[in-house]
Amino acid sequence: MTRTAFINARLLDPATKLDAPGALLVDGEIIADLGPRLFHDAKPADAKIVDCQGLALAPGLIDMRVFTGEPGSEYRETLASASRAAAAGGVTTMIVMPNTDPVIDEPSLVDFIKRRAAATASVRVLPMAALTRGLAGQVMTEMGLLMEAGAVAFTDGDRTIANARIMRRALAYASTFGALVVGHAEDPDLVEGAAANEGEFATRLGLPAAPAMAETIIVERDVRLVELTGARFHFGQVSTRASLEVIAAAKARGLPITCGVSAHHLALNELDIASYRTFHKVKPPLRSEADRAAMVEGVAAGIIDVIVSSHDPQAADTKRQTFAQAAFGAVGLETLLPAALGLYQSGHADLLDVLAAMTTAPARILGLDGGRLAKGAPADIVAFDPDEPFVLQADTLHSRAHNTPFDGRRFQGRVHMTYVAGARVFDRATATDV
Amino acid sequence: MPELNDSPILLNRHLLGIDGLSVGEIEGLLDLAGDYVALNRAPAKKQALLRGRTLINLFFEASTRTQSSFELAGKRLGADVLNMSVRTSSVSKGETLIDTATTLNAMRPDILVVRHQDSGAAELLARKLDCSVVNAGDGSHEHPTQALLDALTIRRRRGRLDGLVVAICGDILHSRVARSNIGLLSKMGARVRLVAPRTLLPAEAARWGVEIFTEMKEGLKGVDIVMMLRLQLERMAGAFVPSTREYFRFYGLDREKLAHAKPGALVMHPGPMNRGVEIDSAIADDIEVSVIQEQVEMGVAIRMAVLDALARGLPREGRNAP
Repeated sequence: MTRTAFINARLLDPATKLDAPGALLVDGEIIADLGPRLFHDAKPADAKIVDCQGLALAPGLIDMRVFTGEPGSEYRETLASASRAAAAGGVTTMIVMPNTDPVIDEPSLVDFIKRRAAATASVRVLPMAALTRGLAGQVMTEMGLLMEAGAVAFTDGDRTIANARIMRRALAYASTFGALVVGHAEDPDLVEGAAANEGEFATRLGLPAAPAMAETIIVERDVRLVELTGARFHFGQVSTRASLEVIAAAKARGLPITCGVSAHHLALNELDIASYRTFHKVKPPLRSEADRAAMVEGVAAGIIDVIVSSHDPQAADTKRQTFAQAAFGAVGLETLLPAALGLYQSGHADLLDVLAAMTTAPARILGLDGGRLAKGAPADIVAFDPDEPFVLQADTLHSRAHNTPFDGRRFQGRVHMTYVAGARVFDRATATDV
Repeated sequence: MPELNDSPILLNRHLLGIDGLSVGEIEGLLDLAGDYVALNRAPAKKQALLRGRTLINLFFEASTRTQSSFELAGKRLGADVLNMSVRTSSVSKGETLIDTATTLNAMRPDILVVRHQDSGAAELLARKLDCSVVNAGDGSHEHPTQALLDALTIRRRRGRLDGLVVAICGDILHSRVARSNIGLLSKMGARVRLVAPRTLLPAEAARWGVEIFTEMKEGLKGVDIVMMLRLQLERMAGAFVPSTREYFRFYGLDREKLAHAKPGALVMHPGPMNRGVEIDSAIADDIEVSVIQEQVEMGVAIRMAVLDALARGLPREGRNAP
């Protein structure tokens, strides 16, 4: 067994609210020990030493919303290229969406993702399977068999099931197996053809736009359907203040509902579209500043459970278009941590609370073992400097696609090393991907 | 033999459901049916009890075993039996049904056996007709003779209903067989469990005083009787369950799941079976556990008992119809 001792670290564990200088010992694939007193008196003789030089050591991030192009659009992103981006961003577990070609709606395809990931990806990859066949919103998938194959949840990704009767049955069926359903909240008829958030700004730009209410209408509906069926439900990402009010009320009533927000919607608003920059065209669209501020408050107040990258690689063919015609989506794996840390930098949320939304919270919702620094936990670790400033340069991204809305943005908070199951998968010092 | 006895068993002119029956009426029917089982096994099966009486089988839904079972029961008791299969379009059903009732009434039948795709159809006919009406299945509401024949089968095998644990598995939502069985078994002191995915459980099912299970192995743990229900073809492909293979994996009765039931537990199915969907052929055909064929035999005896019991309440001379 390989033993690695991380010394001179700042231990950050959201699960136990630990924030203290200390050390951590990895034995093989698990965390063997950690604490402020560990190796205080003597360095371990039989372990490889990693001197963290004061870097923060936190549980590796769990990103609940990653789109890739594998299978079907490997030119945009493969599981391998996405995993390199993840490792560089401190993400040690990617939950990949079923929106591929073919759609992940068969047990054999769940198995394909798992096997491809095991063979090619440097971080952990867990697939969500489709909630309806072909993401068509009509026929529910074989949730029992898909769970047995390894699907961690069911979702139609960035599509909303328009038919409430089908949604109700899918939720009822999912509840049979205690399965988690992840919903996307955008009324498909209201947002058809829309490229931006309806309001003064979109009006001035002359962009086809949909009202923010298109999201809240579906949030309200799905909350009621959860009430009816008892299914475990997670809104993949929300973006409006009104949606948060509905979700907060649902949580207060004890419904099994959680929600996420993308780092983009925490860091950007509709004004960032500026002169029709298509890399800022995301789904749901960037909202008003009031809505963005509400997202930040939502994370701080714990109404929003998780922060996701909503990583969605797009190539020139789909983005080098007019704003109306361009595809939705932005890459985000490598900017998830610094963009989320903006909440800590600005004083809106505690460092541990921001980290919890990317570690303990997704682990709890998905029933995963990771997301914590604890004896016996998987040795998935990120070493980062929460305050180090840098300027993001799109061409340095590890993702195969470079459609980031953050090119040239000044961030604080930089990943230096990433470990998955005790093995180093990223090291900024050597700038190599192991 | 039963034909000499005419003490009343049923307090109602019709048999529309288990809901209106008392424990005494149910026991009376089961006792009487027990006599008919013996009769049906004798070489000379024909009785004169219903001689001169007219029995009409009015079936708006295709049925092989229920219809032939009633036909045989009527004929063995000496009645004239007319089978009417009515192919209806799905539109204007209510109007057609009342028109049909008026027409039939003019033919002066004594007993009408009716099956209809809509709940409440038998009750509607009972209000409009002068004869006795037997519900042979109305929509998702009741199928009383099925529950009675199931009870007879169990009672003959186990000697009692009281205290037994019965798991009813499958499409409870659409099943009239389930509703009648839940009613009858509960009245007779059996403990009923329902096993189904949430999509096939009716709202507020727990209000029936039954235990609900979505995990079949758990639901079958220690049960005396496993009642499987038929999954209608149109409900298999995605609307209520995603596929037949998934349904069989989680809700199909196979050896592995049956092993959780009490040793020697009986397996029942109202038929017709979907082999490899709700039941494994190896179990359906295993005479050690499956009583499915016996249910068919008990079906004829139960229907004879029902016709006998209703005939006891029919007017003897003339009719006071207008």
